[in-house]
Amino acid sequence: MSAAAPAADERLAPTSYVRRLLGRPELGAVVGAAAVFVFFCFAADSFLKPSSLSTVLYSASTIGIMAVPVALLMIGGEFDLSAGVMVTTSALFSSMFSYQMTANVWVGVLVSLLVTLAIGFFNGFMLTRTKLPSFIITLGTFLMLTGLNLGFTKLISGSVSTKTIADMEGFSSARALFASQWNVGSVTLKVTILWWLVLVAVATWILLRTRAGNWIFAVGGGADAARATGVPVVKTRIGLYMGVALCAWISGQHILFSFDVVQSGEGVGNEFLYIIAAVIGGCLMTGGYGSAIGSAVGAFIFGMTSNGIVYAQWNPDWFKFFLGAMLLLATLLNAWVRKRAEARA
Amino acid sequence: MARVRTGVRVVGAVLAAVLGASLTGCSSTGGKRAEERAKAAEAGRPAVSTPRWTFAMITHAGDGDTFWDIVQKGAKEASAKDNINFVYSHDDQAQQQAQFVQNAIDQKVDGIIVSLAKPEALKDVIAKAVKAGIPVVTVNSGSAQSAAYGALTHIGQDEEIAGEAVGTELTRRGKKKAVCVLHEQGNVGHEQRCAGAKKTFGGSMENLYVEGTNMPSVQAAVQAKLQADPSVDSIVTLGAPFAPTAVKAKDAAGSKAEVDTFDLNESVARDLKSGALGFAVDQQPYLQGYQAVDLLWLYRYNADVLGGGRPVLTGPQIVTAAEAAKLEEYIKRGSR
Repeated sequence: MSAAAPAADERLAPTSYVRRLLGRPELGAVVGAAAVFVFFCFAADSFLKPSSLSTVLYSASTIGIMAVPVALLMIGGEFDLSAGVMVTTSALFSSMFSYQMTANVWVGVLVSLLVTLAIGFFNGFMLTRTKLPSFIITLGTFLMLTGLNLGFTKLISGSVSTKTIADMEGFSSARALFASQWNVGSVTLKVTILWWLVLVAVATWILLRTRAGNWIFAVGGGADAARATGVPVVKTRIGLYMGVALCAWISGQHILFSFDVVQSGEGVGNEFLYIIAAVIGGCLMTGGYGSAIGSAVGAFIFGMTSNGIVYAQWNPDWFKFFLGAMLLLATLLNAWVRKRAEARA
Repeated sequence: MARVRTGVRVVGAVLAAVLGASLTGCSSTGGKRAEERAKAAEAGRPAVSTPRWTFAMITHAGDGDTFWDIVQKGAKEASAKDNINFVYSHDDQAQQQAQFVQNAIDQKVDGIIVSLAKPEALKDVIAKAVKAGIPVVTVNSGSAQSAAYGALTHIGQDEEIAGEAVGTELTRRGKKKAVCVLHEQGNVGHEQRCAGAKKTFGGSMENLYVEGTNMPSVQAAVQAKLQADPSVDSIVTLGAPFAPTAVKAKDAAGSKAEVDTFDLNESVARDLKSGALGFAVDQQPYLQGYQAVDLLWLYRYNADVLGGGRPVLTGPQIVTAAEAAKLEEYIKRGSR
């Protein structure tokens, strides 16, 4: 490790810029995104309009905000099946707490943050304590939250959706933070896009520039080896689950403040969209490899595909088929590019 | 360890702050307090002295469906009045729904209320109930099969007729190009509504399928549709929660299209009043639940049957800004 002879260690040998680029996990996804983009440019006339692209970006951002922590969690070698309903839980909690207590909306928002983080902590804590697979633990949380969402909402508001809180104090300022939008000409940009970009930047910084980032990769690569070298495995895992919870809170508040009333049955199935975005973005299902930027590209592919089908005005009966086929193709292209890149590097 | 302690302390401080804030940070507008102020006391006491019969209601509702909540409310209030022990179960899988009907037969209930979203799957089990001497009333969906399966009466809206009402209203409003937004792919009732609307609508109408469990994606899809085709001048959503979302999508896409919807809720009433929505088609779910229980009671008590072998229609009733103000209070209490 002496600085005197750096060239003797091949790990420290300088690598060319191109080789480094080819080794990036998100490269395949970027190529896939470009392919999907070009495809819809030809398939749908209105796809290239700025207003259309802003719709695609909004759609991508709502998936992308959750795909970031889910990608980090997957790099750390775990899954979270409760991520989709946790978003709904968070929104329901804010809304119902504010309503029932007749409190300022911000109070509900903060209480909801604590509750959501506690759910994330519960996931991580159970996982590290019981050593059960994350699939089981978070499936349990998923089912429990689904039931609690319905049960509590029904019990408290007497119906399956929350009451409106739009006329309560603090609503407009909270809406400004979580669900505002700007009109730039004919284009409407939503604040979720900003949240998304910031989260991607922060997550990328954590992964590549901090000690915690090394821990995440180490834990995902092999927990036992990581523990042996002094990585705080338990803390890292709990932290990752709390990261998912934090972003679920952000998404939940967005849904609450942009749609005002929350339906308790929502969110089921969305956890798969987040995982899909992370996987398309180059995260390995086995952990230890991936990136936050990749998850953003994955979410963008998802946004382009789901809306591009509408822009292309295809027969709606085939909607799901097109969606599945596009996702499969994007992922295959992604894997192919990565394989070629690895062979060359 | 030191870091963990700090963490605990930070969490404690935040908790204390939040609790403090919740005590002082009250909202002077809206909330439960406003609801309680507005709410009149309504105690449900039986109005009749007939024996306490048990009626089972088994529907095809999914978890957390606002619409079925209102049906249930109607059934419960009628049960309170009629001295009925009301048992409710639901499952969106037809097989499980049939199982629940079987359970009700096993318990020898005094009446069965069932929705026929997937009629074939329930045909046999309804025949069993009829054979066991349990009167059956069908609600909501299955008007075509109800009588043939041996039910006393069907109470509900014919989806195709409801759709036709929408098509007629759109034509009357001079619309040329409409989009029918389906939030559940493969739901027969949804297809019938859009087909009915298409039939009577003078202009052209297209279907758009959206992911009903994911609101942001619903908004994005409607927005995308409007951007792809600026000539669209009306959007019809098939459920109340999707109407305000379609309004948002319309605004974001800079479209002038009119948004209309099936079913009512609080936001729909508000948007009708403000003119953000054109009209809503109500099938009066409360009436479906209430009448089903009441008719079973009448049959038990007096052998009365309503409808003369034909479905009793609870809709479509077209609601516009004029009626919205009156209905708002009933919507708020969950019976419209």
